[in-house]
Amino acid sequence: MKILVCISNVPDTTSKINFTEDDTKFDTNGVQFVINPNDEFGLTRAMWFKEKQGAVVHVATVGEIQAEPTMRKALAIGADEAIRVNAHPTDGFFVASQLAEVVRQGGYNLVIAGRESIDYNGGMVPGIMSELLDMSFVNTCIGLEIEGESATASREIDGGKETIEASLPMIIGGQKGLVEESDLRIPNMRGIMMARQKKLTVVEPTEVSPATQDIKFEKPAPKGDVKLVDAGNIEELVSLLHSEAKVI
Amino acid sequence: MSVLVYTETLNGKFKKNAFEAASYACDLAQKIGQPLVAIAFNAEDCNALFNYGVGNVIHIKDENLSTFNAKVFAQVIADIALKQAAHTLVLSATTDAKYMGGILAAKLKAGFVPNVVAPPLSTEPLVVKRMTFSNKGFAHTRINTDFRIIGVSNNSFGLVENNVDGAIEEVSSDISESDFNTKSVNVERVTGKVTIADADIVVSGGRGLKGPENWDMVEDLANVLGAATACSKPVSDMGWRPHSEHVGQTGKPVACNLYVAIGISGAIQHLAGINASKVKVVINTDPEAPFFKAADYGIVGDAFDVVPKLTEKLKEFKAQNA
Repeated sequence: MKILVCISNVPDTTSKINFTEDDTKFDTNGVQFVINPNDEFGLTRAMWFKEKQGAVVHVATVGEIQAEPTMRKALAIGADEAIRVNAHPTDGFFVASQLAEVVRQGGYNLVIAGRESIDYNGGMVPGIMSELLDMSFVNTCIGLEIEGESATASREIDGGKETIEASLPMIIGGQKGLVEESDLRIPNMRGIMMARQKKLTVVEPTEVSPATQDIKFEKPAPKGDVKLVDAGNIEELVSLLHSEAKVI
Repeated sequence: MSVLVYTETLNGKFKKNAFEAASYACDLAQKIGQPLVAIAFNAEDCNALFNYGVGNVIHIKDENLSTFNAKVFAQVIADIALKQAAHTLVLSATTDAKYMGGILAAKLKAGFVPNVVAPPLSTEPLVVKRMTFSNKGFAHTRINTDFRIIGVSNNSFGLVENNVDGAIEEVSSDISESDFNTKSVNVERVTGKVTIADADIVVSGGRGLKGPENWDMVEDLANVLGAATACSKPVSDMGWRPHSEHVGQTGKPVACNLYVAIGISGAIQHLAGINASKVKVVINTDPEAPFFKAADYGIVGDAFDVVPKLTEKLKEFKAQNA
């Protein structure tokens, strides 16, 4: 089994979000970048396939050179090789098209992406790739077992879960549940040392026009202070929720 | 030319999200001067859509499509879009709609913008406002392609009634077994309970509740509000509550009208997942808990004292306003 884990290089959850250049760009100044959490669950599941079933695991991203520390981290966690498509990830269609090309070139039979990235929250990359590559696709995937060419996946649905059978090659939109939070790995010193020697290939993008473009950003309106209600006066909360907030 | 909207059903009944998507699509259709056509699968009664401005319903009745399959449903919708010579499709933000979004974008060579929170900022070119950075920012996104797909965020546009005399066109699909490349072998769905995805109100408990045995009061409060129950990450990690109730960045996203957080401190990962909710209420013993900075209303107090009282007061309120 040859697995490609698609990784998005995203601002850490605790980052302050600001915009620059007249609110047309995300301000990366002082922002710590990490592996997108949904992708990290997938990467960790891929490590399991590597260790228990002898899979080969590559990681790929679409990003500029600033994304390389995140790719090195993925290598330190245990991926065998990394590929970086040297382009700014403009929109979901552009990214999916680039990653699809990586899959074609590398002959992967399992592609694991995250259900969405926590920066632009588009959630469309694995779905677009599944069409471009004609692979079966399971989104919001919370469990994955593979025997030979057969896969059994479970996915989260509104109000429950569904079990799906499919065959390789396939693509997964993964999330927590593929592995648990406690299974996530922090790279150890040996892993970090080995990651320096591992292959990180830079490829140039294929020509694709973005389908959408962010022309301006805005921050949410500043929130007013919380209105505190005395614990001895709960009627007041009920009345505020009814007449002021109008939610009950 | 028409504006299409996918109206999702569960067990033959339209979801509230379907009516919200239709409301949004109706507004968009009026702005660009095109008729609105809804696409529904195996619905019991399509007439309900006429209350939300839908003039035509294309209804696909097909036993092969009784269980949702993203690829096959997307194929049927894409075929209809081509037949209708449509250039615009509106989806909701359900798990299944998000599953299809990328597939449809590729099939229709469309720019797809999900998480849209407001009516279009401009129609020519089409520019929409969408949530980004887990609700810490919004983008104005222009769609460059001929075909445009918009995903409407839950509870962002609301339901707008607009009664029209509509028509229903019954069609069959030419889907056959070979069109499926995934097979649904089991669906487990809770019944008789409001799900987090569909809920107007969510009542959520955190570590401050001290143990799973104390969840009765959360459920009592949820019952009186007609709310779904949810929990914070530590609570699901400790196994007090099922993972399916975990809301937050790595759990289920919540965009409801009223979110009540009980004994939840308000870690940034939790807030990232629930920030899209309109009104937030926090009940916590610690006045320094970060959730008070994110909430609209707060009670500093012991949940074990406050929550049962709140439930009682709400019962009285409901009885008076029934």
